[in-house]
Amino acid sequence: MADRGESELVAKLRAGDEQAFGALVDRYHAAMRRLARTFVSSDAAADEVVQDTWLVVLAGIAKFEERSSFKTWLFRILVNRARTKGTREARTVPMSAFAADDDRDGAPAVDPSRFDQRGMWSAPPERWNAETPEKLVLRQELVAALEQAIRELPERQRTVVVLRDVLELTSDEVCNVLELEETNQRVLLHRARSRLREMLEDYRKH
Amino acid sequence: MLTCREVTELATDYVEGGTLFGQRVSVWMHLSMCKHCRGYLRQYRDTIATLGRLPDEPAPPECRDELMRRFRERKP
Repeated sequence: MADRGESELVAKLRAGDEQAFGALVDRYHAAMRRLARTFVSSDAAADEVVQDTWLVVLAGIAKFEERSSFKTWLFRILVNRARTKGTREARTVPMSAFAADDDRDGAPAVDPSRFDQRGMWSAPPERWNAETPEKLVLRQELVAALEQAIRELPERQRTVVVLRDVLELTSDEVCNVLELEETNQRVLLHRARSRLREMLEDYRKH
Repeated sequence: MLTCREVTELATDYVEGGTLFGQRVSVWMHLSMCKHCRGYLRQYRDTIATLGRLPDEPAPPECRDELMRRFRERKP
């Protein structure tokens, strides 16, 4: 999966090349930050997770064998660090905020009241305005609302949808990073996407 | 014949190409007759495309500086 440029950078990093390290940091920092932010509740905490991750990478790069791609390895370290930190943070958050997670993983894609008894649409999706995704993301209030909706997803759904759709990893890569079964990954992705479509529907009605 | 509700539950399998052939054919048949579900799937794909274009927040430059400092420190 890794492109050649990346393998070269990783080889150079292993040889102690500072520029290669800088280039890898520039390549992945924003993505790592976004991923970390799905586990912890503040930007500052996310930055800490990212910093920690790079230090673990530096400590382990000599032993990194390219059995998985560098990206997968990097993100897996990050997820482990972020989970530990997220769990520590969670002690100060009421448990009820997490209890509902599993239930919601099994929720239907669309509110059942929008179908009739035969399972056909009684309240079909409203047509969306013709704005392209490129244009849409220039609207700050929409981006903020979408980010908020992502944050409100149960953790497992949130992590999967961020990796797959925001950071655009392949489904194999996501399963690798999160140590998930493919079918499981797909169910979580489905719930998350369905919920986010629903949220966008409110924004994009004619 | 699939119901609309079933089609909405197959959306991810369908766009990921993970459905069995027979199921794909059932979805196609349903879509050929149901504009609401065609609309739904269009929105579904649109949602995915929008997520892929969310802007990155730039990392604070201090983070990078700090990392480079740590890198130099660890060098033997």
